Amino acid sequence: MRALLNDVIFWVLALLALLAVASGVMVFRFESMARATYALLTSLLCVGGEVLLLGLDYLGVVIVLMMTIEMAIMAVFMVMYMMNPAGLMPMTMVHNKQGAAAICAVVFAVLAAGILLAPWPSRRGRPSDDPTLDLGLSLMGPQMLTMMTLGLALFATIVATVVLATRRGRYDRFGDDLKARRADDPVQGGRGR
Amino acid sequence: MSLELFLLLAAALFCIGLFGALTQQSIVMLMMGLELMLGGVIVGAAAVWHYIAPAAADGQVLVVLAVTAMAVEMAIGFAVVTALFRAREVDMTDMAAELKE
Amino acid sequence: MPDAAPLWAAVVLPVALVVAAVVTAGFDAVLSGSAERGPAGGVREAGLRATAPLREALRLLVQQPRRTTAADRLLGRLGVVLVPVAAVLAGAVLPWGFCAVSDPSVGIVWFNAMEALAWAAVWLAGWGPNSALSLIGGYRFLAQGLAYELPHMFAITTAALGAESLRVGDVVAAQDGLWFAVWMPAAFVVYLLSALAMAFWGPFGHPLSRDAAGGAEAELAGVDRLVFLGGRWLLLVVTAGFSVPLFLGGGHGPLLPGWAWTLLKTAAVLALLVAGRRALPVLRMERYMELAWMVLVPLTLLQALFVAVVVLNR
Repeated sequence: MRALLNDVIFWVLALLALLAVASGVMVFRFESMARATYALLTSLLCVGGEVLLLGLDYLGVVIVLMMTIEMAIMAVFMVMYMMNPAGLMPMTMVHNKQGAAAICAVVFAVLAAGILLAPWPSRRGRPSDDPTLDLGLSLMGPQMLTMMTLGLALFATIVATVVLATRRGRYDRFGDDLKARRADDPVQGGRGR
Repeated sequence: MSLELFLLLAAALFCIGLFGALTQQSIVMLMMGLELMLGGVIVGAAAVWHYIAPAAADGQVLVVLAVTAMAVEMAIGFAVVTALFRAREVDMTDMAAELKE
Repeated sequence: MPDAAPLWAAVVLPVALVVAAVVTAGFDAVLSGSAERGPAGGVREAGLRATAPLREALRLLVQQPRRTTAADRLLGRLGVVLVPVAAVLAGAVLPWGFCAVSDPSVGIVWFNAMEALAWAAVWLAGWGPNSALSLIGGYRFLAQGLAYELPHMFAITTAALGAESLRVGDVVAAQDGLWFAVWMPAAFVVYLLSALAMAFWGPFGHPLSRDAAGGAEAELAGVDRLVFLGGRWLLLVVTAGFSVPLFLGGGHGPLLPGWAWTLLKTAAVLALLVAGRRALPVLRMERYMELAWMVLVPLTLLQALFVAVVVLNR
């Protein structure tokens, strides 16, 4: 029974790996930007599945959650900024294909050689009963350096994103002397302002 | 699956992403390549956690870092594309390079 | 303490969800009927009104599918099918009494992840037919998702915080005495709001609203339409049902067995949502967005802070 289960897990992992690589390739082959985005989502969901089956329940599910939302939003930007979002008029928007292919082949060969030749250490220790607890303790336990850095980086991202993306500042909203009582927004919000 | 197979998968994803990031002219497509590369990093970190040091949480922290990097990269990327497009109607890397002239 | 469910539960779950969805849709149809045409004259007429959704489903089964030019059939189909699939997968962690099809250690995150699939599903269903109005519906749902998701996540995090566990079984067990809805009222109300928003139904039906000729469902016909709209009812049932283990004590209750209490509470929540829908207009998303980010996010954060302080001093 145990061996059967291991077999099943092995084949599921192998299938997910193949699907991840195949849809990863398709990201850059699809003409339609919507399809490319959702091919990337498929690939990343397979990555989430691999992480899940490796025993990291929390991280696997979080990857699925985050990537779904991220790619759903990404599709909007793809359709917004690409010249040919639905792929109805085939066109290529690539440069330096041969050079890039050569670079990637060399990088893969070097990585693969390293992977296959390196003397990997054998497994030390056993996973604890609750890896999620381990993660939480190491992120927010005795020292919170990682979490503080991540939090700060994310906050800076939010601020930077809004600054970069918006065209309107407070002078546009509240007038030149900032005295306007109601913000002059093109879309009125829902709080009765 | 063994550690080597997982790392090969990670390397494959990384290289596909690298190819995309190097060849695509559109900034948004380039970001998809970066996402794929980070996906490879996630697989590698999770495999190293499982097969080498499952008792420590370092591999997990690396996965969290990669996921955060993905989110930050995407948010900043879209904001930059939006700003570029607002300013100059530009959405391709080659055209953005010409802006410095 | 949560028992492992037998394997056949995985087969029973979708059937049970479909039955619950049909009953809810029937109840909604009865209410709509009496609002539009006055109260039903007799039992027979009431029965006819209650079975209207079933008859509509049969009609859709034999209806011709609609084809549009240059449609992205693959992605459109995927989106349509993904709605009920996401609902059933999310329902896998729903405990019946004290026993769920699966009770993983990160059940709450799983539930949230499966709901997020609805984002992709509705946008894909809107993208598929190559029609402007249905794509507008898809975009509307993404905007709605951005509005509801943050308060929703904080609300369910609050419940997990109160139980100090992400396992749904533990959350139910933690409510042996006091229901979470009693000392986390803000989180409970926000959860109910986002349950409606997630099922893009009722006041949050803007993605499918009439001003865009049906939005994401505009070009769907036949079986596609049945699966999509049926999936929406399934989502509503599952999200409403999940408020029971999260906030309403799951199967805890006097006299009756656990599964009966779960059923009763789920029915009560659904009845509240279906009846309450009539009192609320359809919300435009930019309005809900500001409410969600300026009022609901701080509110749920304060609620989470309160719960965290209580848990630390317990």
